[in-house]
Amino acid sequence: MKIVLASLVFLFLMYSAFIYQQPVKEETMPEVVRGKMIWQEKNCTACHQLYGLGGFLGPDLTNVYSQEGKGAPYIKAFVQGGTATMPAFNLSEDELNCLVAFLKHTDESGSADPRKFKIRHDGTIAGN
Amino acid sequence: MEQLPETNLPATKKIILTALALLLLGMFFGILGSLQYVVPGILKTQLSFEKIRPLHVSSVVFWIMLAASGGVLTYAGERSGKLFSRLLAKIQWLLFLFSVVAILTSYMLGIFGGREYWEFPPLLAIPVWLGWLLFTINLVGTIRTFKQQPVYVWMWLTGAFGFLFIFSESYLWMLPFFQKSIVRDMTVQWKSYGSMVGCWNMLVYGSGIYLMEKISKDPTPARSRMAFALYFLSLTNLMFNWSHHIYTLPILPAIKHIGYLISMSELYILGRIIYKWKSSVKEARKFEYQLPYRFLIAADVWVFLNLILAILMSIPAVNLYTHGTHITVAHVMGTTIGINSMLLMAVVTDVLDNTCRSLYIYQKKITQGLVTANLSLFVFLGALLMAGIKRSQWQMSDHRVPFGEMMHNLIPYFILFSMAGIVLFGAFCVMVYPLVKNVWACYTVRQPQSTVTPSFN
Repeated sequence: MKIVLASLVFLFLMYSAFIYQQPVKEETMPEVVRGKMIWQEKNCTACHQLYGLGGFLGPDLTNVYSQEGKGAPYIKAFVQGGTATMPAFNLSEDELNCLVAFLKHTDESGSADPRKFKIRHDGTIAGN
Repeated sequence: MEQLPETNLPATKKIILTALALLLLGMFFGILGSLQYVVPGILKTQLSFEKIRPLHVSSVVFWIMLAASGGVLTYAGERSGKLFSRLLAKIQWLLFLFSVVAILTSYMLGIFGGREYWEFPPLLAIPVWLGWLLFTINLVGTIRTFKQQPVYVWMWLTGAFGFLFIFSESYLWMLPFFQKSIVRDMTVQWKSYGSMVGCWNMLVYGSGIYLMEKISKDPTPARSRMAFALYFLSLTNLMFNWSHHIYTLPILPAIKHIGYLISMSELYILGRIIYKWKSSVKEARKFEYQLPYRFLIAADVWVFLNLILAILMSIPAVNLYTHGTHITVAHVMGTTIGINSMLLMAVVTDVLDNTCRSLYIYQKKITQGLVTANLSLFVFLGALLMAGIKRSQWQMSDHRVPFGEMMHNLIPYFILFSMAGIVLFGAFCVMVYPLVKNVWACYTVRQPQSTVTPSFN
């Protein structure tokens, strides 16, 4: 009993350390971090998702920056003007630019579009 | 006039009563949130969705945390004859009370933590953590020894200690190393949240096993090798089976594969539930007259249904279709309401029974509430699953209509889920009202002292 428990705890801690240190391809600029904080301060995730994680009242915004007909002006217009369900947030120009920089960075980190993944025979998926 | 008996409600029961209030409050916020799906823009200026959602989530999370910790302390005290410290329990209650009020107020004022799922301004995590630390100290002090303990005691200890570590882990995002990488941040966030739910489950399921032992008066199942084997399997899942939340995230494939592999071990639990089905039914007939047992049975059915859904969703190929849809919401709601809330209602009815007087007189009313709650939950989850399937079809379509149009097409399902939610809320009110009324009777019912027997442990 004690040995099994101790082994599991040890493995868990080792795995946690591995997760914390996993290599990521990102290089983050200060405005991206600031944009991420604005995303959090306004609780955008209550309605929107990143990589399919978040509220479902609004669309997934992981790749909104690179979607056809969307991009920076589209993001800014929605944030400032709001929609039928979304309030207008009245951000400053600097805040808007940081938020756009964050969404650009998110877009470059990978794709959240499930159509772009390939299903393998063993049930795993390939993509990103 | 007869004198009222000296009443001094113990902190553990105050914790549970606060939890019940939060359950109803959380459900009420949930209804307001669901209305925003049905009538887009409703309450936009007063309580827009970015406020309603955390109000709903945090209220419900605190219902689980408070009811679970109050129940565990009561049961641990019941086993060892005495709670280690009533004062610690009281301070824990006050810390949680302060945290809940401050957190809900911060949402109203538009101050958020902005994290997905359970979020609030980081400073308020301190009283929550401290409250949990006091709970853990009180639990360890009450249990006294780790030797020869049944499985539920190990589950309680795992849940209590695990939460302290995992709750701290969920705040690693405040360090620049984690903050500056969205992929690392999201990975650690979902690692911690996945395991955090596992910690609550340890407390809730552990209390369910203890309650079953109390009802059946059979101490052997909770001390059997099989019980401990299942405990270790659940612990392994708690620690390593969380990556199904982030299959689409650009992380190392090995992390996804480990989660996938571990999650398939749940098939064993599913197989065991099916194998034990016949004996479970026989057992149910024996104890069905007992109110808490009826909640345990309801939870059993939802465990079965949710486990099937959870296993399916853990297969990456299936997850690709369900992720980011209301199927995920159905799974979360099924687990929170069908399993956790039913088990906690079993615990709560057991703990609050005989507070001044027996709950026996309310048995019929509570059972009616229980049946209505389960029927409406079935409709509620069905509507969410249907909405999820429709959204999934949209997500995978090469000819997508605009997002707003897709959401508009889902409104009939949202109406159904909203209506089922209102009935569910009503059913829980019917169940909770007698419990609160029974405690209230300690203060208001004027009877000769000999007939009022306060049962404060």
